[in-house]
Amino acid sequence: MEFSNINIIDVLPGMFLVTASLLAVLSIAIKRNHKLIFGLTSGSLLAVFVYLLVYASDHQFTVEPLFVIDGFGTFVTGLIVMSSLAVSLLSYAYFEQREERKEEYYILLLLATLGSDMLVISKHFVSLFLGLEILSISLYAMVAYLRKRPRSDEAGIKYLILAALSSAFLLFGMALIYATVGSMEFKDIGNYLGSVSNLPITMFAGFGLMTVGIGFKLGLVPFHMWTPDVYEGAPAPVTAFIASVSKGGMVVLLVRFFGEINGQNYPVIVLSFSIIAIASMFTGNFLALRQSNVKRILAYSSIAHLGYLMVAFLAGGSLGTEAVCFYLVIYFLTNIGAFGVIAILSDHERDAENLDDYRGLFWRHPKIATVFTAMLLSLAGIPLTGGFIGKYYLITSGIGADLLLLIGTLVVNSVIGLYYYIKIIAVMFDKAEGSETIALRPRLYIINLVTLFVLTALMIWYGIYPQGLIDRIRDFLQ
Amino acid sequence: MILILFIVILMVAGILAWMVARTSETLARWISLSALLVTFGLSVYVWKYQSSLEGQWIAQFILPWIPSFGISFSLALDGLSLLMLMLTFFLGIFSVLISWNEIKERVGFFHFNLLWVLAGITGVFLTMDLFLFYFFWEVMLIPMYFLIGIWGHENRRYAAFKFFIFTQASGLLMLLAILGLYFIHGGQTGIFTFDYFQLLDTDLSLDVARWLMLGFLAAFIVKLPVVPFHTWLPDAHSQAPTAGSLILAGLLLKTGAYGLIRFVVPLFPEASAEIAPWAMLLGVVGILYGASLAYAQTDLKRLVAYTSVSHMGFVILGVFAFNEIAMQGVVMQIITHGISTGALFVIAGTIYERIHMRDISAMSGLWKKAPFMGTVGLVFVLASLGLPGLGNFVAEFLTLIGTWPASHVLTILATIGIVLATAYSLRLMQKVFLEKTEESRSFTDFSLREKIIVIPMVVLIIWLGLFPQPVMNTVKKLIANQFNTEETIIIESDDDGVQ
Repeated sequence: MEFSNINIIDVLPGMFLVTASLLAVLSIAIKRNHKLIFGLTSGSLLAVFVYLLVYASDHQFTVEPLFVIDGFGTFVTGLIVMSSLAVSLLSYAYFEQREERKEEYYILLLLATLGSDMLVISKHFVSLFLGLEILSISLYAMVAYLRKRPRSDEAGIKYLILAALSSAFLLFGMALIYATVGSMEFKDIGNYLGSVSNLPITMFAGFGLMTVGIGFKLGLVPFHMWTPDVYEGAPAPVTAFIASVSKGGMVVLLVRFFGEINGQNYPVIVLSFSIIAIASMFTGNFLALRQSNVKRILAYSSIAHLGYLMVAFLAGGSLGTEAVCFYLVIYFLTNIGAFGVIAILSDHERDAENLDDYRGLFWRHPKIATVFTAMLLSLAGIPLTGGFIGKYYLITSGIGADLLLLIGTLVVNSVIGLYYYIKIIAVMFDKAEGSETIALRPRLYIINLVTLFVLTALMIWYGIYPQGLIDRIRDFLQ
Repeated sequence: MILILFIVILMVAGILAWMVARTSETLARWISLSALLVTFGLSVYVWKYQSSLEGQWIAQFILPWIPSFGISFSLALDGLSLLMLMLTFFLGIFSVLISWNEIKERVGFFHFNLLWVLAGITGVFLTMDLFLFYFFWEVMLIPMYFLIGIWGHENRRYAAFKFFIFTQASGLLMLLAILGLYFIHGGQTGIFTFDYFQLLDTDLSLDVARWLMLGFLAAFIVKLPVVPFHTWLPDAHSQAPTAGSLILAGLLLKTGAYGLIRFVVPLFPEASAEIAPWAMLLGVVGILYGASLAYAQTDLKRLVAYTSVSHMGFVILGVFAFNEIAMQGVVMQIITHGISTGALFVIAGTIYERIHMRDISAMSGLWKKAPFMGTVGLVFVLASLGLPGLGNFVAEFLTLIGTWPASHVLTILATIGIVLATAYSLRLMQKVFLEKTEESRSFTDFSLREKIIVIPMVVLIIWLGLFPQPVMNTVKKLIANQFNTEETIIIESDDDGVQ
């Protein structure tokens, strides 16, 4: 790597996040101040976003051999940064009212954002693995952040062990591929594959092992076991982060890798991902049906949603990438919104995760219930919400690529999914009075509520007028 | 421009009603009522002015919406849409009036849902872009779910669920078919569009057309409903609040019928000709099955719901008979059934409001205490059994005439359905209004507000029975266009009045 060729302004986002997290560490060393560190985090995330808007949108370049900063990467980086910002806004109120020390959380949040950001721009196994580990290690701590809760610990340890195991698989897979190809760059792997007629057995094994690692990160069946437990145990804002930023970064990486090696040309790979996608959709939706814990329902629903997303990923091509981008935007908005609702309703002892906590919510807190209803309808893919357009985009890309079986599965699963989304909505509109769960101080409550309103407004706006977002995505992808 | 007004007025009024309800619930009711009166007035105005126009289409309105997918906000109005709109607003007015005293809690949200269902239905009847059509198809679903699920009777949650899942699942199949059509058309012409008029020219092989048609058919026959996809209907109708039942029976079912006429037959003429005998058979099964189940019901609203199943059998029977006269009958049936069944639900609702029961074996002799209600009930019971002079007779008669050349056996069987209708209708009359009166129970006759609701309905059903010609003229161009390539039975359609 020749550092002399790198223009410092080009790699500013990463620099910014690193600097911000260092500053955060220093500020804790001097004096603990939740407000300050929260301001620092949000400010730096916002600054990165502004930078991306102003500068990066028309600057494309590569940092050989590790990173490629193209439109796709820039777009998703922006998305990730904004999602982290939303998560940090939700976290402020959430952690403010809890006993534990809160400041370190923001360092982890910044680092996890950095890791995810690295994933989406990497074009090399080394940067991939670095990004992934930065992301994962931050997440271990974030998941177990509320140490006084036994379930939080359990989730943290579970995540730690399984993620470490999956990293090992990933690493072994990479090693096998490197042993065959002699390079760790995606492009070289693609070229090598183009030059051989049969997939050598080592490559085959390498891809298989990598699939395990990636599938784990995305929570795809059969590597999904951790998802419901970690979603349930982690603090609600962290769950929002895992559901959106962490998974999103991996999806983008997968799309990039697949594009470079022309994965669509290998029936074996396509077949195995199709099976994974179909299994994820069915398993996610069927297991969600029987849950009575809202976090677990959303966890299983996210398994299914990642399965849906696989349709656009397998479709590939420019339409597929567009669909992935669009769906990610909506999926991020919706998930952060939904977990934001859980966060806002949570009290000191536990998160509002039982279905009973939501009974009659509409009559007690109509604003929050409206937001949650909108989010659930978007997850279910009902028109007027972004989720519908997103799902429509997926189906379009799938039909364009003739993936009829996957499309059929997607449609069947949308119907199954309806059942449990509607179940939550029905509970919220129930006439019976439920338990009072809001314990936030008014000022904090306002911050959260405004964040949620913005998310909902965006989500509905993209549902009614998606053209703006589509144009934006196309601009970036060119 | 007027077309978009219809939708916008309703949606805006819905939001307004929701907002003002916090300060004044009566104001919310008045806002909804006036919005519907205005839209009804507008539609009558359009109807007055349309008769002088040449050609099928009265008005059009197009805005680009998502151009990258070839989706436009395209609305168009022809005679059929216009009739459906007038029916929508007409029944909409009464649905607000009937819930004036019935709905006491969350009034604002109720009217929001009510107006948005109506807006969705209006959109369905107006749109000429298939994507937008699906969009509105779903928009009318969610508010209806809430109407049943929040303000319904004791078993509302289950009914709302079932309604939602049935319609949504079938709707998704339609979406797939729409997308299939979109891609095939795009592949052939290079123009990817959801525009109805362009998609009409798509060249489909019979095999593909068959599949795509089944997708559309799934959505419409669930909504209509056709036996065996009717099981959501009795639950939804009987559990919904009166306004909900009125809209369900009067309007939502009609969107299925409208879809068959507007989309299935024109888009897939050969495939629908192929499936026609089966569809007609299902129609006849529905007529007979619905009628016999209606006879067996003890729950008043459930009974009326099953009569809907029976009457909607005539719609599918007529649509797939493929001739002008049957189609005219179908259009008449859509309108008259909307009014007569709507009125029966209004009566059931008012009875429920007074004595809090729907069990007809426990009611009896209401005529003596409420003669006005009894008379109105008699009119609509007679309408439902197809008495000449009332609108339903014209509709069923035309349908049967039209069906005769298509299949003698099915026509005869369908006619037996009318006999069954007589049986259940008279049983209803007998149980509810006649027999011995229980003196102890207090029961008041229609109030002024309720009279305002039922009198226009009575007038209209009689007017349609005596002078159906204006309705037929309104849709004549559309139906003539549809059958211009096929053999039609020439009948004298000039003479006014009853056949």
